Amino acid sequence: MPVGSVIEFSNITKTFGSVTAVDNLSFTVEPGRVTGFLGPNGAGKTTTLRILLGLVAPTSGTATIGGIRYRDLPRPLQTVGAALEAASFHPGRTARSHLAVYAIAAGLPAARVDAVLGTVGLTAHGAQRVGGFSLGMRQRLGLAFTLLGDPGVLVLDEPINGLDPEGIKWIRGFLRAMADEGRTVLVSSHLLSEVQQSVDDVIIIAGGALVHRGTLSSLETEAAPRILVDSPDRAALAAALSQAGIEFSTGRTGLLAAAADPTQIGHLAFAAGVELSALHRQRKGLEDAFLALVDGNGNGNGNETGGESR
Amino acid sequence: MTAFSRAIGAEFAKIGTVRMWWVLAAVMFGYIALLSGGLAALFAGIESGAISPDAAGTGSQGLAGFGSLPPLIYSFASSIGYVFPVLLGALAATGEFRHQTLTPTFLANPRRSQVLGAKTITLFVVGAAFGVVALLASVGVGALVINAFDVDPLLGEPDTWALIGRTVVAMAVWSTIGVGLGVLVPSQVASIVIVLAFTQFVEPLLRFASLFTEVTRGIGNYLPGAASDALVGASFFNLAGPAGSASEMLEWWQGGLVLLAYAVAATVIGYFVSWKRDVT
Repeated sequence: MPVGSVIEFSNITKTFGSVTAVDNLSFTVEPGRVTGFLGPNGAGKTTTLRILLGLVAPTSGTATIGGIRYRDLPRPLQTVGAALEAASFHPGRTARSHLAVYAIAAGLPAARVDAVLGTVGLTAHGAQRVGGFSLGMRQRLGLAFTLLGDPGVLVLDEPINGLDPEGIKWIRGFLRAMADEGRTVLVSSHLLSEVQQSVDDVIIIAGGALVHRGTLSSLETEAAPRILVDSPDRAALAAALSQAGIEFSTGRTGLLAAAADPTQIGHLAFAAGVELSALHRQRKGLEDAFLALVDGNGNGNGNETGGESR
Repeated sequence: MTAFSRAIGAEFAKIGTVRMWWVLAAVMFGYIALLSGGLAALFAGIESGAISPDAAGTGSQGLAGFGSLPPLIYSFASSIGYVFPVLLGALAATGEFRHQTLTPTFLANPRRSQVLGAKTITLFVVGAAFGVVALLASVGVGALVINAFDVDPLLGEPDTWALIGRTVVAMAVWSTIGVGLGVLVPSQVASIVIVLAFTQFVEPLLRFASLFTEVTRGIGNYLPGAASDALVGASFFNLAGPAGSASEMLEWWQGGLVLLAYAVAATVIGYFVSWKRDVT
């Protein structure tokens, strides 16, 4: 069974001309866990992953896998499996030939090709040219390439894009199983909701810089507490809140008060003689916490991969 | 197996698993066979007296001053056919950019200079194979036709076999020039346009123009097509030039070195221009 290694980014900076795509980014990714690498489109996720894989040279800083830079790995495909966003296939090559080319380059036995085609459920399409593949099938072929060397480290860039619901369910189980086997799993997404069911840790970047790292549940506590309160006489309730100096906003189902304790609001209403029809702690979704973190940081920093080619 | 031999194996697999190589080889065979056969029939007909020189419109001197007919016909393999290995090499390099297969290629082997070296060696071998196919057309069909007019096809001559051997080398080097051009100009469309425009139009024009003065004639010898013809040792192009210019070509080994220099220069510059850059 392949063993996962620690991925380490230290002080990675990448500029494309005057645009800073990645700004002094440092974090580690641990084996045995699924780590979500999150941020809005253009936050620098793809550039960061490509730097890790030696495809893009950082302006400064180093990215290593088990302490070794990708280009110095003696057996790269057997160490790290990567599936990047862009579908990188020659359309005239069959799925099996596509994998066979890289199996030869990496010195892997031909049997691995059929094994990984089976793992991703493409056995029946192995002899088909990739040009005729649907987006979902291309994603699966990309995953097959990832698994070719049975690596201990998996790096997946937006793997859920383009998958049908069945495929999404499959990949969630797959990520979980990989991490449970002790592998390191780093999976990027611009939507927290897409991966929140499968990740243990989150690393959130915006504008190329780290804005949050920790366990998934650490996100929840980051969110500012709020109390939802409503009354048949909203105007009176609003007046009472204002008088007590509590900030609030008007929501569809009531007033959202910036307070931590519902009993404080309840007492305040009772003292003011305002009847209440609702009073509870507002559970801010993880997605809201995520959006709050990346808001204001994610704009104006250009495209994710520099965007100057293509 | 070493990493380098694995890289070469992968490059062979890349060419072998896409239809392009045999489409190009088939078109090349047909094109050269048609021209070699047709012109062999015309000139052998004149030489044997079956066709009167006046009817052919070549003037009464016929082929006087060109030496013998067979080497000229056999050299079509490279003088006409060289565009095909160049295209194959250019497509092999630009295809990696166009289809973004540089990503899996460099993931499987992050030593980029090694990958480019493997691609060059692979295309050299495939280009040599293209040379063999081209010669099957020019020598195979040409000799049959020449023989049919009772002119000696010179297949027993060592000079003929030297020409055949050097044609294989020329075609192999042309293929690596294609790789160099492909990394120098990674845009596939631009690369193909450059190959076709240069080989079919720009260079023939330059070579023809260069023949009119002493100074430019020396320079013209260093054009890649002229160097290739010098390497092979015979050229259809001399037919079109002013009389007496045929003997002005470089020595065969000089031509070979000039051709090789083009391949090396394009590949090395291309390595820095595109191959080493960020893959995004």
